[in-house]
Amino acid sequence: MYISPGDPALKKLNAQGISVSEETLEAAREEMGLNRPFLVRYADWLGNALTGDLGTSYKDGLPVAGKLVHALRYTLILSAGSLAVSLIVALPLSVISAVKKDGLVDNLVRVLSFIGNSLPNFLISVLLMYFFCVKTRLLPVIAEENFKGLIMPCLALAIPMCSRFIRQFRAEILEQLGRDYVFGARARGVKSSTILFKNVLHNAMIPIITIIALSVGTLLGGSVVVETIFRWPGLGKLVMDSITARDYPVIQGFVIFSSSVYVLINLAADICYRRLDPRVGEM
Amino acid sequence: MLARKRSRQRLILFLILAAALMLIGLLAPLIVPNDPNATNAAHMNASPDTEHIFGTDRYGRCVFSRVIMGARTSIFSAVILVASTFALGTALGMIAGWYGGAVDSVIMRIVDIMLAFPQMVLAVAVAGILGGGMINAMLAMGLSGWTLYARLARAQVIAMKKEPFISAARLSGCSDTKIMLHYLLPCMLGPLVVNAATQLGVMMIGIAGLSFLGIGVTEPHAEWGSMINQSRAYMQIAPWATLAPAGATVITVMVFNCLGDCLRDYLDVEAAK
Repeated sequence: MYISPGDPALKKLNAQGISVSEETLEAAREEMGLNRPFLVRYADWLGNALTGDLGTSYKDGLPVAGKLVHALRYTLILSAGSLAVSLIVALPLSVISAVKKDGLVDNLVRVLSFIGNSLPNFLISVLLMYFFCVKTRLLPVIAEENFKGLIMPCLALAIPMCSRFIRQFRAEILEQLGRDYVFGARARGVKSSTILFKNVLHNAMIPIITIIALSVGTLLGGSVVVETIFRWPGLGKLVMDSITARDYPVIQGFVIFSSSVYVLINLAADICYRRLDPRVGEM
Repeated sequence: MLARKRSRQRLILFLILAAALMLIGLLAPLIVPNDPNATNAAHMNASPDTEHIFGTDRYGRCVFSRVIMGARTSIFSAVILVASTFALGTALGMIAGWYGGAVDSVIMRIVDIMLAFPQMVLAVAVAGILGGGMINAMLAMGLSGWTLYARLARAQVIAMKKEPFISAARLSGCSDTKIMLHYLLPCMLGPLVVNAATQLGVMMIGIAGLSFLGIGVTEPHAEWGSMINQSRAYMQIAPWATLAPAGATVITVMVFNCLGDCLRDYLDVEAAK
């Protein structure tokens, strides 16, 4: 914050249309606490952040925490939507391509997931816009806050994530299928479908949950791009608007907020392991 | 043997493709048919013809020339970024693993802190605060990028520390630095290089994403992400100005991703997730 160029006080006064003189600038810096030493400001901010107070926005004076919570709702809808789409597509496809390795589906899925993995989400957004808005005029360019508006941002996030999921899930399932217990069960004459659904998938669940939990970080980062493009009023759009306005408390709050969400979700995943695998608790 | 030969052939193929792309980037100023930054009011949003094979953008700049110049920015920023995070991360990870104790704790706690932030979230905030520019965008991406190599290098050093050949080297009077550089580093390069290769595509997408948002490489510097962002408002009139850099991005990222995959298959190492 300290080393960044641009003066937030100047920016704020400009935005309010107040003519800038040295005195008004000083007064604004005083009011925003910008004239105090960097370390003092940091210590204050840290102390307040621990009690849930992330300061007030430079731009409109509203509490940062409130703004973030409001925007989080939209980001959660978007993230949950794209995660759901990815899982619905990725889970069955990865099971099929692992079981019928090198079959038709496997090869097709491998090529498609490879392409999907190489597409940046901003590019997918632009291409989706081109085809659905410009060419066919099926969907609105700016996301309205309804289901129709959610389709494109969701797809833009889901396509690369789904491709990654398929590749990783397939590898995990294949690894389980190569284990001795599968061989043993097959030798005892257990039905293939029983082995697959009762044993293999159950054992593959732990790494799969890890992958899903780690992907939340990618989702939070990706939502910045996608929300900005489609004007979806979530955390990502809020932070981009704040960057333009040099609204530092909001940017700080966004980083802390996203990281907390990310860490909490990974903690929840760790707790899940205990349920899935009783050995985890004993270690 | 046959499988190995095939994976070797594939690796060579993608090495050649990647080298060709890097060569295009390196020789960009010599290849471009028109000045990438020259504006021309008579040719605004002109469709592709023989003079401008990808058409022109809204300022009448030749899209083909800009895409070629963008190759330089996109590929080299990613390569430099991966190389520097690789060097820094490996060095810190090796030091942490070799000396252990307080040094290890300090380095690994920094790694833990960095891992708590999703990479793009941190990059957007840092690049946004530092303002635009390629160096700042690279700093923002590299800030947490090195942790991958640090963790990997540390784990490898700890696993190899107790091996007899290291004890032998120590008994014969080698210094710590010599053991690390001559004995440990060559043994662990494989997995590290594979991870670096797979990171190339990720970093490329990241930098392009920041530029797309307007907090990475800025105009008039040609870069694919910012070109896509600039031209997307005119997509109805001049789709070529968007589709050309988009195609270039996808092809480049795919080539480098393929290279990473082939390298992993060839060296037969598991990439860290």
